[in-house]
Amino acid sequence: MTTAARAFDVTVLREDFPILHQTIHGHPLVYFDNAASSQKPRQVIDAISRFYSSDYSNIHRGVHELSERSTRLYEDARVKVQRLINAAHAHEIIFTRGTTEGINLVAWTWGRKHIGAGDEILITALEHHSNIVPWQMLCEEKGATLRIVPVNDQGEVSHIELTDRTRLVAIAHVSNVLGTVLPVREIVAQAHRRNIPVLVDGAQAVPHTRVDVQELGCDFYVFSSHKLYGPTGIGVLYGKTELLNAMPPYQGGGDMIRSVTFEKTTYNTLPYKFEAGTPDIAGVVGLGAAIDYVNDVSINNIATYEAELLAYATNALQKVEGLRILGTAKHKAAVISFVLDQIHPHDVGTILDRQGIAVRTGHHCAQPLMERFGVPATTRASFAFYNTREEVDALVAGLAKVKEVFA
Amino acid sequence: MIDDLYQEVIIDHSKKPRNFGKMEHCSAKAEGFNPLCGDRLTLQLNLENDIVQDVRFVGNGCAISMASASLMTEVLKGKTRQEAEALFQKFHLLLTTDSGKPEDLGKLAVFSGVREYPARVKCATLAWHTLHAALENSAEKVSTE
Repeated sequence: MTTAARAFDVTVLREDFPILHQTIHGHPLVYFDNAASSQKPRQVIDAISRFYSSDYSNIHRGVHELSERSTRLYEDARVKVQRLINAAHAHEIIFTRGTTEGINLVAWTWGRKHIGAGDEILITALEHHSNIVPWQMLCEEKGATLRIVPVNDQGEVSHIELTDRTRLVAIAHVSNVLGTVLPVREIVAQAHRRNIPVLVDGAQAVPHTRVDVQELGCDFYVFSSHKLYGPTGIGVLYGKTELLNAMPPYQGGGDMIRSVTFEKTTYNTLPYKFEAGTPDIAGVVGLGAAIDYVNDVSINNIATYEAELLAYATNALQKVEGLRILGTAKHKAAVISFVLDQIHPHDVGTILDRQGIAVRTGHHCAQPLMERFGVPATTRASFAFYNTREEVDALVAGLAKVKEVFA
Repeated sequence: MIDDLYQEVIIDHSKKPRNFGKMEHCSAKAEGFNPLCGDRLTLQLNLENDIVQDVRFVGNGCAISMASASLMTEVLKGKTRQEAEALFQKFHLLLTTDSGKPEDLGKLAVFSGVREYPARVKCATLAWHTLHAALENSAEKVSTE
């Protein structure tokens, strides 16, 4: 952890993001699609470029200088991740392709070993498809049941009910649609009283708030680099040592073995047991640079700034006639999903885009949640620390134009 | 300009879709679904001697897809199966290439602005793809009878 964070000045910070300084259809870009993926600071882009320009080689095998440098950078990034989420050990950090692969890894290894016919897996009604479908597939294969914890009208999960057959709880930390922050610590405590492990999908949490997996107590925690201002194609699975050790490997191949004969293969120790094949080395290096960057800005500064921006945007959007915000949880991250009159979100999105404003429209990979709220789709503005109040004002003006077109 | 896409006729048809509703009996039917955006519609046709006598639809979606379905139902009545398919081809050309001829498309020409919005072509063509499926289904039925 860096102790001396930079003074938080959004104008200065925006200078770190080259992509933000352009016009779209003649208007300054307003990027409000951060929950889908966030933009990359120069520090990350440069780190990847520098790595390929001067340090790149394959890792863990070579005795030569470049391989040693690459291996060091790769393993240094693992320690950066460990510190970011306060894992007890670096070997509890497994690099994956992203959140989705992290969840699939647990479903296919831990899940296949521990879930049987008649067992139950508990998820919530606000999950992203990536925290629904892998469990559905597993349940189908094993004859198990997927049970859904409902959300209330504010988009909150107030409590969960466990049964004697519940074998796993898999929940989002923060909803990608509603922004709801779930009471993960309480849910984990409740599940652990019955010795039920908990997987947390942290894709929408890690970029916006301090995450401490030991404090949360969860057994698995997954997230993606690309939402954390890092490159695409890389993600993290955190798992507790004893669970990871007891799990069968995920994929077979190079790097995940200790010795191979045609009769028998002995698997490598953690974390390599789960990292078969040459990984996305540059992606990991880029993620390391992104973590350095976030530490430099300070996650606490980010959280404070985004909370203020959310309050400002919520207030401003509530004043737009005919606009209804979905998800009004007391504890909420900087995501606003809304519907506007009877205007379809795709029309809203197209008209905003022509004014340089990038929002997400559709079901946000959460179709069951859309059904819960009785809408086919929403428009979603999701914020990052580089967004400003002026940009929120531009969104409000953009929505006035949308209403004008449909007047 | 955004108004080239959202022309008055399109806004009008999206708000008050024509031929919206279900038919008791029909000779051809298909469901169209756009999994990317969740738009869905059900199209029903009555064909007599291969001529569209009546056509209706129900569904929900964005202004472009609803208006496209509405205008399509208006122009289809009285067309033969071949004429309907030919119209789809022309409509598709108009939306995806520079070689489309708006003058051949009558009131459907209001959709020529969609060409500038590649992400929205699928919205404008959903009803037509559904029509194509309905006609194919009915053709199959005919051939097996």
